[in-house]
Formats: sequence, C-alpha cells, structure tokens
Amino acid sequence: MTFPPILPYNRASRRPSRRTTLRTFIAPFALAVLLATGAACSKKSGDPSVIKLVSSLPRTGSANAQTTTIVNGIRMAIAEVGGKVGEFTIVYEDWDDASPQRGNWDAAIEAANADRAIKDADVMVYLGTYNSGAAKVAIPKLNQAGLAMISPANTAVGLTKPGKGEANEPEIYRPTGTINYFRVVPADDLQGAVGAEWAKKLGAGKVFVLHDRELYGKGIADIFKQRAVELGLEIVGYEGTDAKASNYKALATKIKATGCSLVYFGGTTQSNAGQLAKDLRAGGFDGMFMVPDGCFEKAFIDSAGAENLNDKTYVTFGGVPASRLTGKGADFYRAYTERYKSEPEVYAVYGYEAAKVALDAIARAGKKDRAAIIAAIAATRDFEGALGRWSFDENGDTTMRTMSGQIVRGGDFQLLEILGGTE
Amino acid sequence: MTPFEVLVQQLATGLSNGMIIALLALGYTMVYGIVELINFAHGDLFMLGTFLALTLVGVLGLDKAGASPEATVGTMALLFVVVPAFCAGLNWGVDRLAYKPIRSAPRLAPLVAAIGVSFVFVNLGQFWGGLPMDVFGGGRAAAAPKNFPALVSNANLLENLGISTAVRFTWRDLLVWGTTLPLMIGLTAFVRYTRLGKAMRATAQNPVAAQLMGIDTNRVIGATFLIGGALGGFAAVIYPLFNPTIYFQLGYRTGMDAFTAAVLGGIGNLPGAVLGGILIGLIRALSDQYIETRWTNSIVFGILVLIIVFRPSGLLGARTREKV
Repeated sequence: MTFPPILPYNRASRRPSRRTTLRTFIAPFALAVLLATGAACSKKSGDPSVIKLVSSLPRTGSANAQTTTIVNGIRMAIAEVGGKVGEFTIVYEDWDDASPQRGNWDAAIEAANADRAIKDADVMVYLGTYNSGAAKVAIPKLNQAGLAMISPANTAVGLTKPGKGEANEPEIYRPTGTINYFRVVPADDLQGAVGAEWAKKLGAGKVFVLHDRELYGKGIADIFKQRAVELGLEIVGYEGTDAKASNYKALATKIKATGCSLVYFGGTTQSNAGQLAKDLRAGGFDGMFMVPDGCFEKAFIDSAGAENLNDKTYVTFGGVPASRLTGKGADFYRAYTERYKSEPEVYAVYGYEAAKVALDAIARAGKKDRAAIIAAIAATRDFEGALGRWSFDENGDTTMRTMSGQIVRGGDFQLLEILGGTE
Repeated sequence: MTPFEVLVQQLATGLSNGMIIALLALGYTMVYGIVELINFAHGDLFMLGTFLALTLVGVLGLDKAGASPEATVGTMALLFVVVPAFCAGLNWGVDRLAYKPIRSAPRLAPLVAAIGVSFVFVNLGQFWGGLPMDVFGGGRAAAAPKNFPALVSNANLLENLGISTAVRFTWRDLLVWGTTLPLMIGLTAFVRYTRLGKAMRATAQNPVAAQLMGIDTNRVIGATFLIGGALGGFAAVIYPLFNPTIYFQLGYRTGMDAFTAAVLGGIGNLPGAVLGGILIGLIRALSDQYIETRWTNSIVFGILVLIIVFRPSGLLGARTREKV
C-alpha cells in the first residue's frame, strides 16, 4: 500500500458536523472502557500450580505448514507427560508472530509477544522463534526479564556464537550478561560450510552464490562462500535477490552467462526460491541448484514445480529427516504419524525436542521460578531425546552435529547422504 | 553468450516484463483519469484473477501431465474470456458497492475505501489459496507460493527459426507481446474513436460539464472500471503463464510497479502508462545485469523521484488540473 505523495487539501473536512463531533467524544471513551475491561481480564500472577509454555512462531503465511507441525510436536511432548510436571499443570499457548501484511514474521508482533510473555508471570519458557531475525528482537527483551527461550529453528550463527557473527554479537542479545537463549538445532556455520563441502564433492567448479538479504539467508550464503573459497571453488558471482520480484529472468541470464556449474541460494520458500528455480531452468541454466533447509519443505517443491527441481536440486538440512531417525526419534515419528495422521515437516521433531527439554528442566528445577528454570536448562547434559544424545554447550547451542543432504527426485526429497558428523 | 547477446536478451526480458506492468498500469491510470481515485485494490484484483486462472486450470485437469495440445489451447482460450470477465465484473461491482456511494465525499474517503478493498482482496486470496485442490498444494499451506502449470512452451523461437544465437525468445515472450500490443492499440482506438471513448475523455476533462452535455457520467465511470478490470484480467492470465508462481501478496508488489509506471508516465495518460511500464521493465533488467539485483529497486524508485522532481506531471503528463 502506497499513499499518494500529496494529501489533498479539502475544505469540506474543515467543517465537522455535529454528529462527527459527538462521535469524536464518544470514541475515545468507548476505547477507554474497552481497554479497562481488557486490563481487568488479564491476570497478574495467576495460579501457583500452573506453569505456562508459550510458542511464538509465524502461523500466518507460507511458513504455516512448517510451524503447524512444530506446534503439533510441542503439544505431543506435553501430552506425553499428561500435561503435568510434578505438582505443576502445564498450560501451552500457541502465539503467532507473523502479520498478514508481511505474510511472514513481523518485528512489531514478535516484540509484542515477548512483552506479553514477560508480563504474564505464569510463563516460564518461551518456545521460539522460527526466524532468526525474530529471535534478534525477542532475545534481549526476554534476557532482561530473565525468561528462558528455546528455539526449535533459529540457525543464524551470531545469535549464540561469539566471533562468528557481527562484532557485537552475541553480547548485544545478552544485556544482563547471562544466557537465557538456547537452541536445539545446529547453527548455520555448520550448514553453510557443509553445503560448500558437499558442492565440491558433487563436482562443482564455478559457483554463483545468491542470498535473499535476510539474516538467515545471507548468513548461510556468506559462510558457504567463505568455505567454498577455502576449498578452492571459484565464486563467479555473489548477489542479494529481491524476494518479491515477479521473476528472475534477468538474473538467470546473468548467471547463465557466467557459465557456472552450481547456483547456491541462501534463502527460503518464502523468499521466492520456487520462482528462482523456475527462471534458472527457463533461462537455460542446467547445472546444480543447492539450497539450505529453509527450502526443505513440501511447499518449496509445490511452488517450484517438481520438473524444475528433479535430479538437479540439492538441499542441506541441519539434522536428519524425521522418517530416518532412529531410537527415540523413530518412536517420535511413529507416535506423530499415528496422532496427527500426517507426515511431520522437518522441524516438527525440533519443536518436540524443545518442549521436551523445557519440561525436563522444569522437573529438575522443581519450582516455578524463571531463574531456576534457566539454570536447569543450561545444565542439560547428555539429554536422551528424539534427536539422539546431546547437551547444551556454554553458548546455549546444541552439541548435535549431524546433517543430511537431500536431492529432489520424483517430486519429493530423498536422503542422499549424511554429512558432517558428531564432534 | 557474447556481451552483445546478453544485452539483447536483457532488453527482450525487460520488454516482456514491462508490457505486463504496462497492462496493469493502464487500469490504474484509466480510473485515475476519470474519477481521480488511485484504485489501490487494482493490483489485488489482478491477484484474484491469477487465482481464478489457476483454479480453472485445476478444475479442467490441465495441471496433470499428458494433457492434449487441443485441451491446452482450449483452456487458454477459456482463460482469456473468463478471467477478464471476472475481473471486469468484480471491479465494476466494487465501484458500485464501495466507491460510488462516496463519490461526492472528500477525496480521501474513496482512497481509504480502496485500501480497505485491497485488504479484503488480499485476505480472499489467502483463503482461496487454502482450498483443498491439487493446484493449491492440497490447501496445506494457504499462503505458500503456488506453482502455475507451464501451459505455454518455453522453447526458443529463434532456434525454431534457424537463427543461431544464445538469445532466447520463447513462446511465452511471444504470448506476452502478442496479447498486450493489440490490447493497447485497441484501447487507444477505443478511447479515441468511439462514442463511449469520447464520453470518457469528456468526463475526465470535466465531469460536471460532461453531465451538463447529457453524458451519463455514472455509466461512463462504470464502463471505465469494467475496462480497467478487464485489462487487469488479461494481465492476470498472461502473468502466470510467463512467471509461473502466484501467491496471495502478488498484487502488492506487481501493483506497486504498475502504479509507479502510471506515475512515471504521467498518471491519467494512457500512452504514458505504457511507456512507464516498459521503462520500468527495461530498467529492472538492465540494472539486474549491469549493476546488482539488490540495487534494482533503489534505481527504479530513484529514477521515479528524479522524474517527479523535474517533470511533476510525469513523462507524458501535460494535464494541469489539480490532482490528489
């Protein structure tokens, strides 16, 4: 929506009628009454036997399919303990941090969610966010309030790792100097680098690197590029794309003219990876196309059209697809498909794991106290979860290091090989 | 590809993109010319048109592999009738319901109404994308981008003609050029040579005087919305055949480009809108190639600012009447 450059000067509006004058008086009054009743409804500290978990994920927009299964995973973890931990009843609320205008996460809504969680004294753990950019908004707020946050999906390096992101990261997210933010998914420093190693293994020579100019996409593309240079691959181009462009035909021509054998796109389905794939093919590029896990969802294949991806599209993912998990992970997969009668998207198991580790920490803390629960989460060691046995390190990162590489074949993702490996 | 081939290719791409923008820009500029309303819902009307096109393709089963060429051609002919008719009717209906009752209200009222209609359309689009049809990915993710089946071949026409070059000019480009050029010529002829066209020009010049001369201005305005909507409908058929990804927010960005084109060429001026659209298409393609994609938007809007500063009425706009 664009407003016209000049607002009209209008004489008629200068003479308000009596009716509008009355309305202008009534409106704020009515608003005040509404606000007052609203305020009366919100509880101050609530029931001492209730502990609330909330999640803040983009539920509106194209990430919805992914976040629905994350929420399902969280609900399943809570249902498995019967909604109770010790003497506490666990209440869960599913919050949206996206706006229909953006169709994606929205900084204003994420900030409002964080504030709302802070004010609600029952909230002990904040599960989220999905987008790393949203995490940048929420972490410092929750840090100052001393509220634990566990992300099932953030992979931007700078959120936790000193010296790998911007110069002031991650300190800027920790105004109190303590760590309140944890994540159960491996960060991009591994995924971007693993992607570059895989590209070399697949025989790429000249590589064109694209990113969507978002925190996640640019972050991962930068690391890919850095590692690719170390490995001796030739970077013939590096550009930020416009996620809302109607097509990338011009860019495809440019890419084709460089004669590269692999295009890496640091981006997601929401940042138009589908159209990019189509235009690359339509423009006559017939090399490899590699994307990170932001595109590891059915919606990517749906939007790109399987014929544009088949056999030439490689997807890295900071974990193993749910259907290939073993041990407890296999139990998760079985229980999930039984309960929801659908396949979990890739992040579902991380939603489940995040909730599980939160419940485990609440049990170990044994009291409804935000600081005690943060300490308990930070002390998580050798956790036997659906993803395997892992711990939180001193930065709040998972020690899991297993990654997987998929190829699109016959309109679906197929696990091609396990990459990386545990440390 | 030689540097020269790259340049030719980018010019062709830019022209194709620009013509689609121009077609939409005509819808903005026509309505503005007549009622001085910036119809913000126009881009979203176009988006609903693309969704209707995809729905029809799904209903007729053309998203499945192995459809016969006759069926494909038949469906496309159907799309070119149904979608413009739908967009025209919807645009006309919106004018009737939302803009007409407040025609004499202060200028801002219809503008705000247009923004409201735009929101309604965007949400309708999101709902539409969630319908449980195969073409919408089974409705699993309402807001996710949708793939539009490739009905038009992407084969290189130049190759078929036996010209040996790396430049690609495909059937899809031909479709865009072959549809938009006749439409633009037809519209110009219509406005210049028909009675209704004359009435439109008269209403645009001075609605009160036109009314005094016996012109039913409400009918003229209705016709303008019909024609503008139909042009948007044609764009809604061509766009997904050319850029086969649609999503519910498509109207925002495409509409923004079209609106910019209309302003660039001089809003209210029909040839201006076409010129503006083609210029934007060309600038985008050349900037993507020779500068960098991330600067493209800044360059397009930077040029818009420069033109507005030095030629406030746009490139071809010469009208002096006070505008919103």
